Amino acid sequence: MARLLVTIGSIFLTLLGVSVVIFVILRLVPGDPISMMLPPGATDEVRANLERLYGLDKSIPAQYVIWLRNVAWLDFGMSTQFRLPVMEIILDRLPATLELVLLASLIALVLAFAFSILAVWLQVDSATLAIDGLAGLAQAIPDFLWALIFILAVTLFAPMMPISGRFDPRTAQDFATNFYLLESLVTFRFDAFAELMRYAVLPALALSLPLAAGITRVLKGALEEAMAQDYVMLAQTKGKSRLAIVLGEALRNAMIPTIALTSVQLTFLIGGTVLIERQFSWPGIGSTAISAVINRDLPLIQGIVLVFALIFILINLASNELYRAADPRLRTER
Amino acid sequence: MKKLLGLLAGTALAANVAFADDSTLTIAYNVSLPSWDATVGVSAVNPTIQSIYKSVYDQYIDQNPDLSFRPGLLTEWGWNEDRSKVFMEVREGASWHNGDPVTPADVVWSLERAGKEETGNPIQFLWSTLGNFTVDGNRIEADVLRFDPTIFKWMAFLTAYVLPKDYYTEVGAEGFEKAPIGSGPYMVDEYVANSFVRLKRYDEYWGGAPEFETVIFKFLPDASARVAEVETGASDITLEIPYEEYDRLAAKDGLNGVTTPVSDIGMIFINDVGVMEDANVRKAAAHAINKDLIVDRLLRGYGVPIDTLQAPEYAAFTAETTVAYDPEMSKELLAASGYSPDNPVKFKIQTTRGFKPKDYEMIQAVAGMWKRVGIEAEIEVYEIAKHFDLRARDALAPAAFYNWGNSIGDPSTSTGFSMFGPSPHSTWDTDDVDAMIGPLWGEEDEDARIAGYQKVDAYIAENAMVIPLLQFVQPIIYRDGLSVTPHVANFLLPQNVSSN
Repeated sequence: MARLLVTIGSIFLTLLGVSVVIFVILRLVPGDPISMMLPPGATDEVRANLERLYGLDKSIPAQYVIWLRNVAWLDFGMSTQFRLPVMEIILDRLPATLELVLLASLIALVLAFAFSILAVWLQVDSATLAIDGLAGLAQAIPDFLWALIFILAVTLFAPMMPISGRFDPRTAQDFATNFYLLESLVTFRFDAFAELMRYAVLPALALSLPLAAGITRVLKGALEEAMAQDYVMLAQTKGKSRLAIVLGEALRNAMIPTIALTSVQLTFLIGGTVLIERQFSWPGIGSTAISAVINRDLPLIQGIVLVFALIFILINLASNELYRAADPRLRTER
Repeated sequence: MKKLLGLLAGTALAANVAFADDSTLTIAYNVSLPSWDATVGVSAVNPTIQSIYKSVYDQYIDQNPDLSFRPGLLTEWGWNEDRSKVFMEVREGASWHNGDPVTPADVVWSLERAGKEETGNPIQFLWSTLGNFTVDGNRIEADVLRFDPTIFKWMAFLTAYVLPKDYYTEVGAEGFEKAPIGSGPYMVDEYVANSFVRLKRYDEYWGGAPEFETVIFKFLPDASARVAEVETGASDITLEIPYEEYDRLAAKDGLNGVTTPVSDIGMIFINDVGVMEDANVRKAAAHAINKDLIVDRLLRGYGVPIDTLQAPEYAAFTAETTVAYDPEMSKELLAASGYSPDNPVKFKIQTTRGFKPKDYEMIQAVAGMWKRVGIEAEIEVYEIAKHFDLRARDALAPAAFYNWGNSIGDPSTSTGFSMFGPSPHSTWDTDDVDAMIGPLWGEEDEDARIAGYQKVDAYIAENAMVIPLLQFVQPIIYRDGLSVTPHVANFLLPQNVSSN
């Protein structure tokens, strides 16, 4: 119970710190939203009026106090760009991003586990070299460049693959939630799921490749290290096959560093959605974030940063729990 | 391998056939639409979004593709003899997308709302020049509280959209954002922010139902994605792509291209600080730039060199005002102020990078040309928001590249607002220019007003108080079977696209 309270308290403190930093930085960097919306001919009076309307005429501490007071009631303000409540915008678009991140993570994990296990199981130099080379290539190219490569590849080789949006804009969608992929799965609408996957696969793949490469390197190294341990030799003397030893003995121990890396990389993956969503017109929180920054939509930027911070914190907490579950020593230390 | 290629070709063909749908027009569009209220906020003054607004809403007054004005929801307009009143005749037979008729009350409400400070219309300063509206049948009259000779031109410009009074009042601002209606040729069917908007033809449109039953604007800020969309047939038409790609795609089977010079110019703002207070330095900088070379080499010929802030389609354009490319004269001017290639005058020039076609490369070329005559310019890249902020605070560098749109083509919205000292958009603040522009704000004689601005432009050019570079050209790529009428105002309007 005490641990839970400490955790909740630290979450609040972290979010408070993040909110102060982002609030102050946004107001100190050049470029304010009023300048962006001043048309030719706007007078100083027009500027003053707009500043008053958007609450920017007060001091930064006063603005922060007002904002924080409203946030306590879950009112994050109105987006100056979308002219809708910030929380409504975030809740509307977050599902698209979460589904994209989830899919990218799944792809990354499947690829990483498959290649790592394959390399350790086969023990063939050429295969190891090829897997290391592929991992190096996938990691060296950033996700947004993978996106460009995929867009180019579609143009040349697969024009039937969509490169924009989350679904065919010619068709109407009748989902009850904004978790389209998940909803289509749980309602057994596999045709809709397949169609949605067609739109999701390229952005998810672009996001996942650098992550897959990173996990592959760590997991493969950890597996190789585990395979040199005494208990593996013991298992070999018992006549177990190499694949069974990799899967049954080494993998569990190799998971610990992999979980640590994956959780860190996952946060980068979420950050990566900002560019990937824009490139593929994916209507998530990432593309919303970039347009909010371009248009200096201060309330929306603040809201999105807080949500991102919360997600990062939750991922770290989840990875800690996974770490404890994977490593028995951590469970018995307290 | 042959089998594989054949399979790929077959798939590509099948995909293109699948996308072909004569009743639907899909546009790979370069910007995303954030808000449906075309009268308030950042979107309202973003020129690139106006194509979508103009598809859904009507303006008080409309524009032909050559920028000339034509009736919109107003069929007649004007001032009385002593300019103390305006009159407007509202079109009969126009209706909102919910079937309600467009009435003079809608027009009056829209104008009054736009003129109120609390609404947050960025052009409120102009709309508030009219007041005390009266309605008699379809005729509206209003008092001119402050005379502005451009008020009717502004009725075809930013934020000049008529919104439905009863509907808006009933659903409120948020309700309107979620379910907007207008009186334009297309109705909003589905909108997914940052992804697409699907519009449906409004069969009762007063101007006649448009050709396409469905229009989809896909929001694709990434130029490579837009190129891929038209190349694969996923979209029928796109715009604002690199000129290299335009040339490649226009030459391709199944695709066509059209380019037109638009109401958007590239210019170098001069701030009257430091070395820029020396007329010799400014003039030398202006005469040292070979604009033809920049257009030919960097923009593949897609640009129109200009010497004033008036593009050829603008009301105050005159071919008589020119600034010659004369590097020898630049050297002489600099020498008169004690500068030379060995002892160059130094200042900073700011520019965007990737915001306009070849913006950074253009400024690199300019800096290279300047270096040859004795000007050493340090290039600083800034982003759009910073430019606006610095411009509003009159804190731009001595030279700063940016673009300036002016879709109504009036000199007050080009030379006026960018060169008149008290304007927050001016970086040049000197009494001589202010004294010339000042009286023109309220000039009632249109010919005299235009002539006055031509005189100001000539004076500014002679003294190099700004360096206009070129008029941008909009490239449009579209599939076979379509016909596209480009719009000088930089719009890509679905109602201006038809099947062959």
